[in-house]
Amino acid sequence: MPELLMDGRALSVAEGTSVAAALALGGDGCSRTSVSGERRAPLCGMGICQECRVTIDGRRRLACQTLCRDGMNVRTQA
Amino acid sequence: MSESADLLIIGAGPAGMAAALAAARSGARIVLLDDNPLPGGQIWRDGPQASLPNQARQMREQLHACSNIHHHSGTRVIACAGPKQLLVEDADRGWLIDYDKLILCTGARELLLPFPGWTLPGVTGAGGLQALIKGGLPVNGERLVIAGSGPLLLASAATARHNGAQVLRIAEQAKTIAVAGFIAQLPRWPHKLVQAFTLFDRHYRTASHVVAALGNERLEGVRLQQQGKFVEVACDRLACGFGLIPNTQLGQALGCDLDGQALAVDSWQTTSRADHYAAGECTGFGGSELALVEGTIAGHAAVGDVAAATRWVPRRARWQGFARVLNQTFTLDPRLKVLAQPDTLVCRCEDVPYSALVGHADWRQAKLASRCGMGACQGRVCGGAVQHLFGWQPSVPRPPFSPARIETLLCLEDTPVL
Repeated sequence: MPELLMDGRALSVAEGTSVAAALALGGDGCSRTSVSGERRAPLCGMGICQECRVTIDGRRRLACQTLCRDGMNVRTQA
Repeated sequence: MSESADLLIIGAGPAGMAAALAAARSGARIVLLDDNPLPGGQIWRDGPQASLPNQARQMREQLHACSNIHHHSGTRVIACAGPKQLLVEDADRGWLIDYDKLILCTGARELLLPFPGWTLPGVTGAGGLQALIKGGLPVNGERLVIAGSGPLLLASAATARHNGAQVLRIAEQAKTIAVAGFIAQLPRWPHKLVQAFTLFDRHYRTASHVVAALGNERLEGVRLQQQGKFVEVACDRLACGFGLIPNTQLGQALGCDLDGQALAVDSWQTTSRADHYAAGECTGFGGSELALVEGTIAGHAAVGDVAAATRWVPRRARWQGFARVLNQTFTLDPRLKVLAQPDTLVCRCEDVPYSALVGHADWRQAKLASRCGMGACQGRVCGGAVQHLFGWQPSVPRPPFSPARIETLLCLEDTPVL
């Protein structure tokens, strides 16, 4: 069971869980705020729309195409 | 660093996996590139809430067992670096790959059309929701509405229900007579008939489509037009997809011609550019069975084994027949062009409303005036939408094809080749 940090809070998820799923397991499911201030969450689920982009260990990654790993530090965009 | 391959395959869904396995027997050095963490594409996406069919498992094991297939997961193509050279990037590094032959198995994406409220959290694609659930998204006890068009709606509903969701409505925009005609033809493909029976859902309604997603901070309900009547349904999630569109961007950037919205191929799956092949959904939507056969033909053809490729031609014709029936059935109703209101965002990356796009002659002009399609997704979402709404043809993509790190771009010695 990988244990990660989601916006500073500890979260334990099942092996193979995507970071996109972890957003909902450990928070409100949102990933970012749009240029006009709307809250957004993963849309396409398959690496196309870029809505689920978050910062993982300091790098910009797509949550839907990244699997949770032990010790990962995930930051959403407030 | 750089790498070289006799055969480079882009995409490890059914077509890409089949192409790699077909070509492997020749002993060629094969590199298989995919942007997902695991092979299988969308249809065979693995995860804590997915159940993989045996065929997918077996093909994955076979790939693993072939020492001449090098699989790079979580890797994207960023640019065409030279005549037969691509710049790619994974989570940690960027590098160049030289190739002799290339097979594009870049799949398809969902057509997502804008309607009021579609940017609310809680609204996803139909296949999108299925992918997210397979990856572990909890939907247990949630109320769902699934809308749009095509057989993916039923597949998505089945995955959601299997994971504890309550599917309140499946709204298919196609007319009742079209769907009935489709079902009547299914006995020609017995396997598909069985699939249709297992997926059937009593909440399925034809001639029905979404009008608006309702809610303030997140989705609270959906307004539907259901066989001529307006209804409102309170729900936690709306999964909405209007069929699939081929991912042709890389093919176009490589100079491959299109046939309609898909990459054009001949009977050996060769594109208009020599040594460049394409197979699966990027050559037109047809389902995984067709993708597997096309991938196999492309794999054999790319290593020069025409005899082996020929043996698969009759099977391809059979599944092409199914694809034709499918595409005729789920043709989109023109009424879907008027769902967006003036303030509905069409481009979700740059938050460009519908009103900012009306009146432009083509997409280029609209882009220059509004920034529509110039955000992080590079028009992959709104490009399909404006093609449907205004008939604007998407332009050939320019590098970087996806957001990339500066150190990756520094691997390029010269200006990227267009």
